[in-house]
Amino acid sequence: MADLIRGNALVADDWTWVRLPESSEPVRKSAGKVVLFKLTGEPAAPEDVIAACEVPAGKVLLPLSVWLKRRDELAVRADAGEIGVWLDSHEEPAELAESLGDNLNRLPVIGVNFPKFIDGRGFSTAFLLRTRYGYRNELRALGDVLRDQMFFFHRCGFDAYLLRADQKPERCIAALRDFTTPYQTSTDGLPPVFRRRVGLGAPA
Amino acid sequence: MYRYDDYDRALVTERVAQYRDQLQRNLAGELSDDEFRPLRLQNGLYIQRHAPMLRIAVPYGMLSSTQLRKLASIGRRYDRGYGHFSTRQNMQFNWPKLEDTADILAELATVEMHAIQTSGNCIRNITTDPFAGVAPDEIVDPRPYCEVLRQWSTFHPEFAFLPRKFKIAVSGTLEDRAVTYAHDVGLQLYRGQTGEVLVRVIVGGGMGRTPILGSVIHDALPWKHLPTYLDAVLRVYNRYGRRDNAYKARIKILVKAIGAEEFARQVDAEWQLERDGIATVTQAELDRAAAAFTDPDAPERPSTDAAFDAAVAADKAFARWVSRCVRAHKRPGYRSVTLSLKPTGVAPGDITSDQMDAVADMADRYSFGELRVTHEQNVVLSDVALADLHRLWQEARSHGLATPNIGLLTDIICCPGGDFCSLANAKSIPIAQAIQEAFDDLDYLYDIGELELNISGCMNSCGHHHVGHIGILGVDKAGSEWYQVSIGGAQGNTTSLAEVIGPSFAAEEVPAVVKTLIETYVEARTPEERFLDTVRRVGMAPFKSRVYGETTKNAEAAHG
Repeated sequence: MADLIRGNALVADDWTWVRLPESSEPVRKSAGKVVLFKLTGEPAAPEDVIAACEVPAGKVLLPLSVWLKRRDELAVRADAGEIGVWLDSHEEPAELAESLGDNLNRLPVIGVNFPKFIDGRGFSTAFLLRTRYGYRNELRALGDVLRDQMFFFHRCGFDAYLLRADQKPERCIAALRDFTTPYQTSTDGLPPVFRRRVGLGAPA
Repeated sequence: MYRYDDYDRALVTERVAQYRDQLQRNLAGELSDDEFRPLRLQNGLYIQRHAPMLRIAVPYGMLSSTQLRKLASIGRRYDRGYGHFSTRQNMQFNWPKLEDTADILAELATVEMHAIQTSGNCIRNITTDPFAGVAPDEIVDPRPYCEVLRQWSTFHPEFAFLPRKFKIAVSGTLEDRAVTYAHDVGLQLYRGQTGEVLVRVIVGGGMGRTPILGSVIHDALPWKHLPTYLDAVLRVYNRYGRRDNAYKARIKILVKAIGAEEFARQVDAEWQLERDGIATVTQAELDRAAAAFTDPDAPERPSTDAAFDAAVAADKAFARWVSRCVRAHKRPGYRSVTLSLKPTGVAPGDITSDQMDAVADMADRYSFGELRVTHEQNVVLSDVALADLHRLWQEARSHGLATPNIGLLTDIICCPGGDFCSLANAKSIPIAQAIQEAFDDLDYLYDIGELELNISGCMNSCGHHHVGHIGILGVDKAGSEWYQVSIGGAQGNTTSLAEVIGPSFAAEEVPAVVKTLIETYVEARTPEERFLDTVRRVGMAPFKSRVYGETTKNAEAAHG
């Protein structure tokens, strides 16, 4: 059972993370709607798999594809605050924003999946959700969530972390403080170090 | 030279603690080798053929004598009494023990050094002109900008796990000495009409398997926007660069696939998010960084020195060294000196701990305690008084550091190759040595004149073979080592990529092939021409027919 850290505390997870079954024959499609790079594409779930996806009762964190195709049927539950949506590493936050009338804050939780920890796209996704799209509710890292990336997750805007099953939560919480004085600014609002250095705090 | 403040110091100390914990978890079996790999790489640690290799960052190539003495002592204590300067101006140790690496990093931290982001799929050590701050043709001293970017790139939270490695080079001179067109990002600093510093941003250059020169995506970026603009470049790359194939994952492939114009458009759109925001660099910060790179407190000196002139006239060996290893300086009475790490019989870029100590002593005595590492794998003392050159030469010579071959054929750029590197297809150091031995006649070497010969042991091109006047690449064919020879590459303002002359050669054939290329040049050249100029004028054909017609008649048939 994976542990959930919210802020810097180990908490019980009241959300069910819904994933589509691995498709035997993935449909290759280009990454996202704003197709910038068409050479590789990413696997996308076939329609029938999306239609057949079981959405359990209670609070559920749904794949973007399920939310996009079935949001009429899920509207009442969404209004009740029971629906969260997660993006895979290649999926576009713009698509999610569009589906919500550009108000991502209608969702209580957004997840970003890290299929492998070396796939760093989710860091940019999180940064964009927090900045361009103004998302303020829980932003949860999913998948290959390991202690050695905790500091980076946090700085890019995550505030909840569903740890990979083998991780020790107390050590992951400690890793949020691996560094005390990062150089750059990020979504955490910390100014870059050159605006913090003693005597040089004045803005440009 | 830039000195750490409390912020810098805290970060490096915390990194040592973080790495020590990662190492201990790996040694204890808690952290698998596969998962430790990307983490240790971001700390410069490769597992090589014989032992781990630890690559230590030398930010923009600048070292103090104190730091070099520390490297000497690490070389003695944890390695085999030597180190190796790489083509990215870093230092590599080839024989440390894995268990010792955290202790080495802790020792480095005491002299404000580290191995952060010297490898792995992240923003690497930023390189620049080794003659920054002293070159007569300098327009803008690149070092303060490099320091600003060092801080921006160090542990950047968003870009620690890019599709592939990311290399940035900065230049601020008329003559580009930082190979800016062959980097993921090249930044050329220059002055606009009112004297303000602007940046020409070049993206998507690179060597490797797909050599390509970069494209300009912004011609006049005001300097204060560098971090936010580069955030935008990196974000587009991080999100859309290929991750399915390591050979197609560099930014150059993305830029080529969507076109430089479209890439520039996307970067510009992305940039609007952060433009003029909190990450915009302040004048105060640039001034703070610039204050770390002021000219040394050097006494004024006459622009000529009679004793120096007399020594040049009297001693041919000294005169030769001066002609090759001593460069003009922006201040009268001073010169920059390159200490050659390319004597015949030593792997290019290798330096013993004793030599490091000697260089540190010479830097203290003659060059204000500072030195620079060049991407050609030599060491520069940047501020030497004309009157001290003869004594410096004698000292350097006694330590084997005065080979007068800078810029000549035997000043070979060479990666560690198959002797050390587990990525290599073929050995490169023995090839360099065989070529150096074939050209051991100094008079002939000087007659050949300026020539850059670069050797890489594999497609990763650490030896910059694509931009060598003569480039040699180790290739693997059915399990044996072969060498592909190319000509016509160049760095600098007329950067070009070398073209392969034909089928590859066995190791023992390479020196003769180089000799044939040189003979062809000597016969065809006009009095003013360097090898490269002749190649550019007469083209590939005469070289090709001479090499394949005479040296290895059956090359094509023998090994295709």
